[in-house]
Amino acid sequence: MEGLTLSDAEQKYYSDLFSYCDIESTKKVAANGRVLELFRAAQLPSDVVLQIMELCGATRLGYFGRSQFYIALKLVAVAQSGFPLRVESINTVKDLPLPRFVASKNEQESRHAASYSSDSENQGSYSGVIPPPPGRGQVKKGSVSHDTVQSRTSTDQQEPASPVVSPQQSPPTSPHTWRKHNRHPSGGNGERPLAGPGPFWSPFGDAQSGSAAGDAMWSGHSPPPPQENWVSFADTPPTSTLLTMHPASVQDQTTVRTVASATTANEIRRQSSSYDDPWKITDEQRQYYVNQFKTIQPDLNGFIPGSAAKEFFTKSKLPILELSHIWELSDFDKDGALTLDEFCAAFHLVVARKNGYDLPEKLPESLMPKLIDLEDSADVGDQTGEVGYSGSPAEAPPSKSPSMPSLNQTWPEMNQSSEQWETFSERSSSSQTLTQFDSNIAPADPDTAIVHPVPIRMTPSKIHMQEMELKRTGSDHTNPTSPLLVKTSDLSEENKINSSVKFASGNTVDGYSSSDSFTSDPEQIGNNVTRQRSHSGTSPDNTAPPPPPPRPQPSHSRSSSLDMNRTFTVTTGQQQAGVVAHPPAVPPRPQPSQAPGPTVHRPVDADGMITHTSTSPQQIPEQPNFADFSQFEVFAASNVNEEQDDEAEKHPEVLPVEKASDPASSLRVAKTDSKIEEKTAASAPANVGKGTTPLAPPPKPVRRRLKSEDELRPEVDEHTQKTGVLAGVLASQPSIPRSVGKDKKAIQASIRRNKETNTVLARLNSELQQQLKDVLEERISLEVQLEQLRPFSHL
Amino acid sequence: MAVCVAVIAKENYPLYIRSVPTENELKFHYMVHTSLDVVDEKISAMGKALVDQRELYLGLLYPTEDYKVYGYVTNSKVKFVMVVDSSNTALRDNEIRSMFRKLHNSYTDVMCNPFYNPGDRIQSRAFDSMVTSMMIQVC
Repeated sequence: MEGLTLSDAEQKYYSDLFSYCDIESTKKVAANGRVLELFRAAQLPSDVVLQIMELCGATRLGYFGRSQFYIALKLVAVAQSGFPLRVESINTVKDLPLPRFVASKNEQESRHAASYSSDSENQGSYSGVIPPPPGRGQVKKGSVSHDTVQSRTSTDQQEPASPVVSPQQSPPTSPHTWRKHNRHPSGGNGERPLAGPGPFWSPFGDAQSGSAAGDAMWSGHSPPPPQENWVSFADTPPTSTLLTMHPASVQDQTTVRTVASATTANEIRRQSSSYDDPWKITDEQRQYYVNQFKTIQPDLNGFIPGSAAKEFFTKSKLPILELSHIWELSDFDKDGALTLDEFCAAFHLVVARKNGYDLPEKLPESLMPKLIDLEDSADVGDQTGEVGYSGSPAEAPPSKSPSMPSLNQTWPEMNQSSEQWETFSERSSSSQTLTQFDSNIAPADPDTAIVHPVPIRMTPSKIHMQEMELKRTGSDHTNPTSPLLVKTSDLSEENKINSSVKFASGNTVDGYSSSDSFTSDPEQIGNNVTRQRSHSGTSPDNTAPPPPPPRPQPSHSRSSSLDMNRTFTVTTGQQQAGVVAHPPAVPPRPQPSQAPGPTVHRPVDADGMITHTSTSPQQIPEQPNFADFSQFEVFAASNVNEEQDDEAEKHPEVLPVEKASDPASSLRVAKTDSKIEEKTAASAPANVGKGTTPLAPPPKPVRRRLKSEDELRPEVDEHTQKTGVLAGVLASQPSIPRSVGKDKKAIQASIRRNKETNTVLARLNSELQQQLKDVLEERISLEVQLEQLRPFSHL
Repeated sequence: MAVCVAVIAKENYPLYIRSVPTENELKFHYMVHTSLDVVDEKISAMGKALVDQRELYLGLLYPTEDYKVYGYVTNSKVKFVMVVDSSNTALRDNEIRSMFRKLHNSYTDVMCNPFYNPGDRIQSRAFDSMVTSMMIQVC
């Protein structure tokens, strides 16, 4: 066993360890068990441990004497540094870092070791460990330095081809930093925790001066002055610098650390486990980052777009996957661009990764853009770190270690939680915007629109009836008519729903009719129509709501009667073009027709009546067509046709379609529904309005029945029925003008009646058109459903 | 619980597929593959409607005896397919929707990463962790 020369730090460290292992307090022999534990904690492969034990002579002796123990420790350090285990390496490999033992119980030792080394070497802990290149003795402060320096270089030269390449490379780095430390003590202090990344600053300079790939260049290079290094940072494109870094980063992380120093390695290890110190950006680093940022984006408050950042960081030659992860970590607001802080964080992460640090899963708290800005908030962790930095290196490790665990625990949690909070807020908003937008689209269903107008009240009709009667008596045409007209026009123009909406805001009657109109159910519509009629009788504003669907109910007769009066009174007052124009009003038949066939006539009356009634008053003087009314049954169709034709001429805008269809339908009616026509004829003249109202409900149910079979047929039937009613109405009309003596009054009355029927029929017409639209929509939706279902039928 | 989550590109190749480690993961892959046809049918069924009107969430694509397959399409025709265990009856539609929402958010984050080339397999750790959380938590 050659003599073992230990540095002071090593001496202390080893004695400490020996005493630790010397559980029996023999002062001579270290307990084998403890020693083995220690060796295990050294994280060396077992064969290496065996080799060590063999070399130190313990196996020979069978126990670990102090010297053997010390030799073993030294060999552990050698092994951890990556040097081959040779007996002579104990002394030749000087400037070894203190052996590291990872076990928790060894932290104390390591701390002590760190403190020892730091005590003795101060900053030289770096240098003490890492032999600076020859001629850089100025860097060394520790006593070990001299020997180590020279031995180191010798070892460097000895092992150019050492299987472990890292020691060859790593040592040169530390001197650079070390030198920097000397020249920039403050910076050096601050950089201590980043001893890892620190050394790599120098390669930047090296790279600039030499070829990027030349690892050997490092050892050969005399490191440029630190200032140069810094300058080189700014000047060197990151590519080259990172290029040089890359080979180093590829190296064993442990070797890097061990080379740096035991203490610093311990610190770094501890620090890297904590999320604070290793990620803290020093001022120089930050300045460097800022300069780099400026090269890309002159405005410090601006963003670096993703593509530019991608190019920049790709130069670091890190794998894209890692760069992607770095981006994920550093792009805090997920906007695809980097602010200054984000950029600094990303750059820092790149540097750290280059140095061999594993990328954290979550952004370290010190790198968060928010916390970097608000240094106060990060003070808790930073202060301790800073204390470590600014204070003597001796104090730093011990102060850090106790505080670190707590910080480690708290900060990462805070990091995560804050990240989670922020991301959550971001995510939630974005997610909400993402899908809620879609969901908002969905509810815009027509049903709500339909329903919205809100069926209003079902106030007792009596009240309204009374009102209507009063109004009727008062012949307050304006009120009733205006709403009527308004309503009818609206009806003709818009959906029932819309009109009902408008009307809903209006009168009670509107409410009625609107309520009626809401029901898309034709039957209900029929009821509404009847109700409307009744209400129209009651309230002058009945005309406003879309014609409620007529309902086949006995009430129709009542309502129709009322309606008739109302419609006449109403129509006479005011007649809008639309109302009048709609259907040529069929003059209401004389009362005998009231009772019978309300159901049948309604559909027919709706249009036909309106058309005829509207025209009847105007056509009273010329009633050749009406004259045919006597042969209503037979000529009803023709009459209707003729009348319709006339009306078509006069009111081209009115029911052109209906008239076109009516003839056809009326023909059919004539053939098939003679009875209906009779009824319609009978009922028509008496009460146009009434007829219309009765007309309304029946068509709907009739249509309903036929709907399933043929959507067109019911409409046709309605038309036929309407034509029949029209015929009936027409038939009734001729009777009116004949009484010339009382013509004026009668005419006026008939005019009024006709107008009323006009409006009513117009309403009916619009109602039916609405129903037609609904039916068509339903058809379309069904077809769409069919199409949607069809693909699955193939499955 | 999501037994399998897959992200399919527009050209119908998987960008990301991950299943709960079971003995036969291939069956999940197969189910996802077959569900692509259903997704395409659903998309084409509303083809006439504007894309805006089309809802991103497709809903249940098809059920099997053990699993249910849900689908979601983005506006760029990237499809998310999720296979869910049928035994977990507590899973409601809203939860599935929220899971797809999270997926979509994470996917957009991945897209925002300039280092990610569209069309590459998704290797983002954040995305992985999100999917893991989905597969575990709902379980």
